[in-house]
Amino acid sequence: MVAPVARPHALREDRAWTLLQEVKDPEIPTVSVLELGLIRSVKQGPAAILVELMPTFLGCPAIEAMQQMIREQLAELGTIDVKLVTDEPWTTSRITEQGREKLRCSGFAPPPRGDSLELHVLQPHARCPYCDSSDTMLESSFGPTLCRAVHYCKACRSPFEQFKAI
Amino acid sequence: MIDEKLVPLLMALADDELVLGYRDSEWTGIAPLLEEDVALSSMAQDEIGHARMFYEMVSGILDKSPDSIALGREPSGFHHCRLVERPRGDWAYSMARQFLYDAADGVRLEMLTRSTHKPLALGVAKVIREEKYHRMHGESWIGKLAHGTDESHRRLEAALLQLWPDLPGFFEPVEGEAELVKAGVLPEPFSALLPRWWQVVEPVLARHGLHGPNLGLNAFSDHSGYGGREGRHSEDFVKLWNEMTLVYGVDPEAVW
Repeated sequence: MVAPVARPHALREDRAWTLLQEVKDPEIPTVSVLELGLIRSVKQGPAAILVELMPTFLGCPAIEAMQQMIREQLAELGTIDVKLVTDEPWTTSRITEQGREKLRCSGFAPPPRGDSLELHVLQPHARCPYCDSSDTMLESSFGPTLCRAVHYCKACRSPFEQFKAI
Repeated sequence: MIDEKLVPLLMALADDELVLGYRDSEWTGIAPLLEEDVALSSMAQDEIGHARMFYEMVSGILDKSPDSIALGREPSGFHHCRLVERPRGDWAYSMARQFLYDAADGVRLEMLTRSTHKPLALGVAKVIREEKYHRMHGESWIGKLAHGTDESHRRLEAALLQLWPDLPGFFEPVEGEAELVKAGVLPEPFSALLPRWWQVVEPVLARHGLHGPNLGLNAFSDHSGYGGREGRHSEDFVKLWNEMTLVYGVDPEAVW
């Protein structure tokens, strides 16, 4: 029988991933940074655990708050270094199925699927998170935060927000 | 290629976004519609976020903090083009500038995805995804103002004519450009982007009846609007600089 390959850091890294599930987006506190696909990697280094955080938008003011929250949440594991990733764009396709469902339950339409570099993906008839109608219109691509657009549902006459495709 | 040689290019990219971001933010609270107040504030935040990414890259080369790079300089140390430092003007002026700048920035970013300097090529891929919302916004306002009322049309035309002489300055070479081109950091000189910019802008202007002898490549005189990339700016920028560095200047060492 072959012995399993020793991964001395695996336990600590696994623990970090578990703890990260409790770090929520400060602007949408029902959804975790994992469900939004914001964590690229977690690695135990010689002196610290390195967490790679992918910003949704580069100007997102929640970035620093999230770095701080991650350091605090993972404090039991020692020094935590939260590095921002800029060599790979975060895109809305990184949001997990569970994340999409939680967004919907919080009153946000999940982002449209597909490559957001295609223009038709950006102006969809978003499905209303309240009544599920597609009879909706995009009111403004710019909402209360950089990652949200404002729509209006003509069926139930409710304004709602959608996570922007990026 | 020595990293220091990249600094003038990175600073030009960062300063364009920082200064335009500041100009956008001047609409916060006073834009003509609530949605536009939010839009301009969001775009300002985006632009300053993009500037921060480029300043971080400079920070890695010069070993200075991004804040001190961004704000700890005299006006002559800034390398943005003059186009972005002009006062916000009326709504038509700001929208027309946003549209013309975003088109220019779009072709520049596309070129930079082909840079041999990988962090830059990969970083701009992220910026491109965000900027498309700005482009859609600007284009839609060109249409709204062109077909709105006589006054909106007149104001838009006046804005475009006023902006025109500043536009070539966007394509002014940065310091050390020839060497950057040779190394492939810049896949092409900036001047090569001008016709591509026009390919983006021309159909939009034509579609909205904004075509005229004074709005075209031929209307540009040589080196018009130049100076910004060398740190020569207008009085408009000195006033803006006083404002944007005011808080930083009170205590550059303050921890926030």
